[in-house]
Amino acid sequence: MEPKKKIIETINLMKTYGDGDNEVIAVNSISITITEGEFVAIMGPSGSGKSTLMNILACLDRPTSGQYILNGEDVSHHSRTELARIRGRELGFVFQSFNLLPRMTAIENVMLPLMYRPDKPTTMQERKEMAMKVLTSVGLGARADHLPSELSGGQQQRVAIARVLINDPILILADEPTGNLDTKSSEEIMDMLHELHDRGRTIVMVTHEPEIAAHTERILHIRDGRLHSDEKNGHHYARRVLQPIDMQPQKI
Amino acid sequence: MNYREIIHTAWQSVLSNKLRSILTMLGVIIGVAAVIMMIAISAGTEATISEQINGLGSNLIFINESFNRGGPGQGPTNQKGGLKYSDVAAIRDQVSGIAGVAVEQSESSLTAKVNDITLEDLTLVGTTPDYTTVRELEVGSGRFFTDEEVTKASKVVVLGSSVAESLFPDGDPLGQVIMVNDVKLTVIGVLSPKGLVSGTDFDEQMYCPIQLVFKKFTPSMFARIVGDRVRMIYVSVADSTNMQNVINQITILLANRHKVSTDSLDFNIRTQDEIIATASSTTESFRTLLAGVAGVSLIVGGIGIMNIMLVSVTERTREIGLRQAIGATPLDIRVQFLSEALMLSLFGGILGVIVGVGGSYIFNAVGGMRTVVLPYSVFLSFLSAALVGIFFGYVPAKNAAELDPIVALRHE
Repeated sequence: MEPKKKIIETINLMKTYGDGDNEVIAVNSISITITEGEFVAIMGPSGSGKSTLMNILACLDRPTSGQYILNGEDVSHHSRTELARIRGRELGFVFQSFNLLPRMTAIENVMLPLMYRPDKPTTMQERKEMAMKVLTSVGLGARADHLPSELSGGQQQRVAIARVLINDPILILADEPTGNLDTKSSEEIMDMLHELHDRGRTIVMVTHEPEIAAHTERILHIRDGRLHSDEKNGHHYARRVLQPIDMQPQKI
Repeated sequence: MNYREIIHTAWQSVLSNKLRSILTMLGVIIGVAAVIMMIAISAGTEATISEQINGLGSNLIFINESFNRGGPGQGPTNQKGGLKYSDVAAIRDQVSGIAGVAVEQSESSLTAKVNDITLEDLTLVGTTPDYTTVRELEVGSGRFFTDEEVTKASKVVVLGSSVAESLFPDGDPLGQVIMVNDVKLTVIGVLSPKGLVSGTDFDEQMYCPIQLVFKKFTPSMFARIVGDRVRMIYVSVADSTNMQNVINQITILLANRHKVSTDSLDFNIRTQDEIIATASSTTESFRTLLAGVAGVSLIVGGIGIMNIMLVSVTERTREIGLRQAIGATPLDIRVQFLSEALMLSLFGGILGVIVGVGGSYIFNAVGGMRTVVLPYSVFLSFLSAALVGIFFGYVPAKNAAELDPIVALRHE
């Protein structure tokens, strides 16, 4: 069996703010490797540097020193524009607060990332069809023309996941994806992430809730900017059996 | 993003806050409309002026004394020179291709009396028989005076129609005698109404032989002795293509008579076209001033756009962060906000053109103010609106593009 592809590889990743006496080290020499198909949780108390690490992994920020190799490409020194292109092409974000554009309908929100894909031009009609497909796959086909304010929290997060799927990213980054949801909706969203994982998606999730982290197969603990522990998750979460839904990655 | 997406996104945003968009556009609407209307008003004024100058008569050449040839500080250098009444006869006899020569020496602030009616502040125009031809006047009843009467300085007068009505409300003025100051004049004719031409109401004047004015009405003793200085000679040219030829003949003739060389003439000789050109250059600078003032309001409109765009960028920080997260480059963000500002200013520009052109027509139709909408003003003001949009949209768009996606996503 050939070795799995490395999606994330960081080498001595450092992020500092300020300089001299005021220097604050947010991320201190973290080296991790995440391979294709992994479902990883990053945990740590607030101020531990987990958000900073997440921002660098998400290509929203650049390390002060060290290397970040994403899918074989060293992105440590990319410009803002290059990083934006990589985010559009390879990454998908699920936020705690959903971050849907309030004046756009669900389907318009899902279509949005395709607008920023100059490498894969699509017509309006194609986008609508693709968006409808992914919206249906997350069970919201009937709500395509609803505004976010007309949807429940769980539904909004599903729209956000559809927005991720439309771009067929190599890496999904979820930042406290269940932080704003009730228990039932949280379970739904976690089930959905599991489903995606089972289909071969690579997912990195930041959370401070141990029950949510327990869903994953590997947990990274960050403390004071350092990698405190990196352990396989022994007691795997027993998933509810769901109606099978079509979660095939959308090819564009 | 392709251009259709850019337009679509900007349109969505403009549409999503209609009241704010309209208020923002208002500044540009007013600015563009003001530029168009100001230019239309001054162009209307200019058209009126050239019509009035043309209304003086056709194919006219104006000859007047020129003063101060000696340059600043030296005072008039040709006190003894200038135009003389005898020049009129010389032009008439020696220049070919003219339809008429008239001269005018007016005296104002005169009083006319007949029986118990007194009119004050009248103007008596001393002139020659060709005056009616040159100024295109018609004699309504009676006749105009003759060359002989001019030579003899006969005490006859032709009344403008309004003067005749005022002095003789119920009777026939012909043959009647009126007292002008202390001189008795016999009315021999009344002009048909002509009305106001470039500030002169021909109906409110009286006309008499020029020699009579020299002898009886010219105020200073000195002038009465010198006798025949005239300020202005009008020459009507028979054929308009012959204009320059006539001007050359007159220039040589008068230069000889006044014993001056042709490059230091003691008189000006101008055509109607030249006078119109002078008047045009005046209204043109006036127009530039008006357009400039209106242009300021366009800039104020632009500042309004900048204001709203800055607010909009702040309000939509999270949206900017999200768009950046899903792949929008700084350029994409910049283009988005710039196109929004441009769309506001272009719509403002279009509405401004409609208001400006419509307003100009309304002014013309019911406002009693003549306006001529010049195509270039529409083009210019619309282009300015677009430039204002780009100029004042630049800073907000730059701010938006430079937002850090991490900070923007965390923005409340």
